[in-house]
Amino acid sequence: MTTFLDEVKATPGGEHILACIQCGTCTGSCPMASQMEYPPRKIIAMIRAGKRDEVLSSNSMWFCLSCYMCTARCPRGVKPTEIAHALESLANQQGFRIGGTSTPSFYRSFVSSIRSNGRVHEFGVMVKFYLSILPELILHPVATIRMAPLGLRLFNHKRLPLKATKIKGRQDLSRIIQRFREVRSSS
Amino acid sequence: MRYYSYFPGCSAESTGLGLGLSTEAIAAPLDIELVELEDWNCCGSTPYGSLDDEESIVVAARNLALAEKSGFDLVTPCSSCYVTLAGANRHLQERPKLMTQVNEALAVAGLEYKGSIRVRHLVDVLYNDVTPEFIAGEVKNRLDGLKVAPYYGCQLVRPRYGLDDTEHPHTLDDLVECLGAEAVNFPMKARCCGGSLTISEEKNVLELTRKILQSAAQNGSQCIVTPCPLCQTNLDAYQSRINARFRADFKIPVLFITQLIGLALGLEAKSLGLDTNIVSPREVLDYIYNRINYVTTHPTEERE
Amino acid sequence: MEPRIGVFICHCGSNIAGTVDVEDVARFARGLESVVVACDYRFMCSDPGQELIKKDIKEFNLNRVVVASCSPTMHEPTFRRAIQEAGLNPYFFEMANIREHVSWVTEDKEKATEKAKALVAAAVRRVYYHEPLEAREVDINPNTLVVGGGIAGIQAALKIADSGNKVYLVDKNPSIGGHMAQLDKTFPTLDCSACILTPKMTLAGSHPDIELLTYSEIEEVSGYVGNFKVKIRKKARYIDLGKCTGCGRCLEICPVRVPDEFEQGLGKRTAIYKPFAQAVPNKVLIDPENCLHLKGLAEGKDVCRLCQKGIEKKGIPGCETGAIDFEQKDEIIEVEVGAIIVATGFKLFDPGIIYQYGYGRLDNVYTSLEFERLVNSAGPTGGHIVLKDGSEPQRIALIHCVGSRDEQYHEYCSRVCCMYSMKFAHLIKEHTTAEVYEFYIDIRSFGKGYEEFYNRVLEEGTVFIRGKPAEVTNIAETPEEEGKLVVQFEDTLIGEQRRLPVDMVVLSCGLEPRQDVEAVARLFNISRSADGFFMEKHPKLDPVATMTDGIFLAGCCQGPKDIPDTVAQASAAAAEALAMISRGKVEIEAATAVINEKLCTGCQLCKAVCPYSAISFDEDKKVCQVNEALCKGCGACVGGCPGDAISLSHYTNEQLLAQMEGALT
Repeated sequence: MTTFLDEVKATPGGEHILACIQCGTCTGSCPMASQMEYPPRKIIAMIRAGKRDEVLSSNSMWFCLSCYMCTARCPRGVKPTEIAHALESLANQQGFRIGGTSTPSFYRSFVSSIRSNGRVHEFGVMVKFYLSILPELILHPVATIRMAPLGLRLFNHKRLPLKATKIKGRQDLSRIIQRFREVRSSS
Repeated sequence: MRYYSYFPGCSAESTGLGLGLSTEAIAAPLDIELVELEDWNCCGSTPYGSLDDEESIVVAARNLALAEKSGFDLVTPCSSCYVTLAGANRHLQERPKLMTQVNEALAVAGLEYKGSIRVRHLVDVLYNDVTPEFIAGEVKNRLDGLKVAPYYGCQLVRPRYGLDDTEHPHTLDDLVECLGAEAVNFPMKARCCGGSLTISEEKNVLELTRKILQSAAQNGSQCIVTPCPLCQTNLDAYQSRINARFRADFKIPVLFITQLIGLALGLEAKSLGLDTNIVSPREVLDYIYNRINYVTTHPTEERE
Repeated sequence: MEPRIGVFICHCGSNIAGTVDVEDVARFARGLESVVVACDYRFMCSDPGQELIKKDIKEFNLNRVVVASCSPTMHEPTFRRAIQEAGLNPYFFEMANIREHVSWVTEDKEKATEKAKALVAAAVRRVYYHEPLEAREVDINPNTLVVGGGIAGIQAALKIADSGNKVYLVDKNPSIGGHMAQLDKTFPTLDCSACILTPKMTLAGSHPDIELLTYSEIEEVSGYVGNFKVKIRKKARYIDLGKCTGCGRCLEICPVRVPDEFEQGLGKRTAIYKPFAQAVPNKVLIDPENCLHLKGLAEGKDVCRLCQKGIEKKGIPGCETGAIDFEQKDEIIEVEVGAIIVATGFKLFDPGIIYQYGYGRLDNVYTSLEFERLVNSAGPTGGHIVLKDGSEPQRIALIHCVGSRDEQYHEYCSRVCCMYSMKFAHLIKEHTTAEVYEFYIDIRSFGKGYEEFYNRVLEEGTVFIRGKPAEVTNIAETPEEEGKLVVQFEDTLIGEQRRLPVDMVVLSCGLEPRQDVEAVARLFNISRSADGFFMEKHPKLDPVATMTDGIFLAGCCQGPKDIPDTVAQASAAAAEALAMISRGKVEIEAATAVINEKLCTGCQLCKAVCPYSAISFDEDKKVCQVNEALCKGCGACVGGCPGDAISLSHYTNEQLLAQMEGALT
């Protein structure tokens, strides 16, 4: 029977999680530690304690900036950044709903743009993202309106094309992803 | 002439237009040929890796397979694409089982990846292949007296690649200095600007961006220079929001390193996409061109 | 006499038998030519195992024995002794290493068994051609060389000298005492380091059986156990030690000021200087890199010499004994010793490479050795713990594990830092009213009185925070942090990221091998462990000997350790050296080179290549001859002889070719 620890160990980047001596350098280095429900070191301790639900439903890993400060400084070679991404991945695939941050929605909008176009169409991503958080936008109308100048400025400086570039091989990409999913689930 | 497979990254046509234009502009003068990867797809970046880490490797792998066909190493100017593609490359090389699965998937599009190419950052190529000495030799407008704050961001120097120090790097400083400018030492030069979370978590993350602007401004910099389009957008496009939120009055133009190199090489400002920079680089450009005029009208005084 | 070979395959528990099919190998051996009996057993080196061999020798009238087990380095002597007790010449024995060379290097059972069979066949074929040889004994020179005059070297030297045997105590520094002389109080008893060290230093300096060679370095070592020849370079002090009284007047006159190494750069010394006040020998020396006169000589100028001439205007005379000698040169001497004890000590990790801790970049960040000097009353600040600007710190942070327990620097734990950090905390509380914060990952207070000391320090009010600091910065984020050093860390026991503004940071740096450790290892032909320190013969059962007979280790050069363990290890090394000396003789390998005088052309190539100077040329016979007493059986001459006139006993061409054939067929 695979434990939660085994599951994390099997992810790309999760191999060294057992080496952690809980020194706290990762949390000490993390620019977002105080925003997270549980800081990085504690997440690793919770994984080892088998606290699957608590970890996967937390918002901790969604605040990871991928700045890699923790990974660069860890004295044991643990890779907290990659573990964070692995946890986001597990949480997303297993349908955990994360409260307190709209980052998952943003990432989903981003990925759906890739799936449709083969590339990220930033304007499209913004539209999709804002639609997904519409209730919050409506609740804070002033803040919402204040965001408009940013988009306008980018547009005026030619940095926000309205039309998406679609690559020729986007069907290929879809088929590749589809096949990968089949291969992975059958192994 | 050095050849590389070129991966511009999705932002090279949009938010990072300045980077895309200036990278292509400086290639020929520096004797490198960037052969754009044909029909490349998005590398996946942080968001894809966060939603499905293994699938994101496959998405990146399509580009690696396309690059392997060309036979050249894959070069990208975008730090995020670099970390994603290099990371995918490493995982594939270290996990034969994953490589097999990925190749089974790539096969449906007639592609295969054997794991033989290297993924490199443009700054690595400029520093180690082209070298600051060569660039210095090609400089037409020396940027003497210009105080530049070289901002590395995170993903150019971390995780440990062995190419530069993870805490106190120097490659960008050296590139800036070989153009004649002064690389101002600012302590936050390798700290996070807020990365991909500025959109969804602006209120929690903008403080990080502010700290960097603060650190650069404090040491008298006239402009910030960076290789990463995401960092540039955060520092440039959000500068007025930072000023509003924190009651500051930053007015530091943020240039791409390729734009600065282009200016020193004597290329036209427009060809380097300098009209896409939001915080106006007008003062920096004036400084450079006035200096050039000064030098040409006072040639003897230049010998100090 | 027809060879009758007995083959014994060892299981070594599951060490060999877990991978090699030992019964199959025994069956295979039974079928080999001249093998009379072959069997397998669980532990051949044990008493019953050895009895089995002796019993079979008698029962089957064996005259050759092969044991397939571990490395000869482990048990060749054991088995040779066993067959000797059964009446055979011990050289009628051969070992096949099927552990270190087979079962310990693969998990493939098929391949392992195949290789084991090949090695056994090789051994069987070889032992067929073995000849009886007599072991040789050589005298042991009763002198000992101790390299390094820290507490380890001093202790070892005293213990040996007290037995009436002579010791050469060599140290590259101008005084003995090592790092211990730099310490203030020592844990856990809080003895003053200088107070407990200086009596031993004085004794070592005046003991009739210790010849002290300070400011000296080992240039060359040759020979072998019991008979080492060592060349030592006595560096020029530019002072006649016989005339210098150590009065110190020259120190007051010299105009030069340079950073003082003993004070870790925190204070200054003159160019003519005494290493420290309690130095042994208590004499001065001149630093040629900073002495104005010596530097001037290189450019043909004659400047200064105030130490010699004095300052007439002020009526201060120069050196009155005429001890200063600017012409002095280095001197090379050669000594002969039977044993060597290497006690060269350690180097403190330089935290300058950890950018985020700010050492060398931010003011008031100190290493542990620097802090020892700050807190020592004989130090540069007279024992006052002060900041760079002279004010007293209100809050001090001590950071553990700097450079240790970190894959980027040193993976190992340096063993002493937890304790010395606690000592610092105690001393700070004693000297000042400052708040003390210790940042740790684990507390290692393992020794006698150590845990009790930890308890004491806790009760005194030092705050222990479990969390390795991520960085030390001077970039303030709040008004309280302005002008301070800020330690950013996770307080792991409450799970929160915190920032603590402090006035001073002390980095508990780890111990690492000295810079010249590779050169020293090559000099003495000793090995180093993976962590870089010198390697002991066996980590548990033989911690002071090295793989090179006659050379022993003592102190931190073998691994980080505290003073109690250092002294114990030094006494142990002394005991092993004395054991050798009291035996008076040592048995060395019987395998020596033999020159066939009929074939020798007298070209003397062998004499040129012999590293032990064991070959001489006979002018009358015009042939070369081997001195069996000096010959180590290295085989260089055998390979070099162009006429194939030299053979090596126990390694003849016949034996070696048979061994190869056995392995390959």
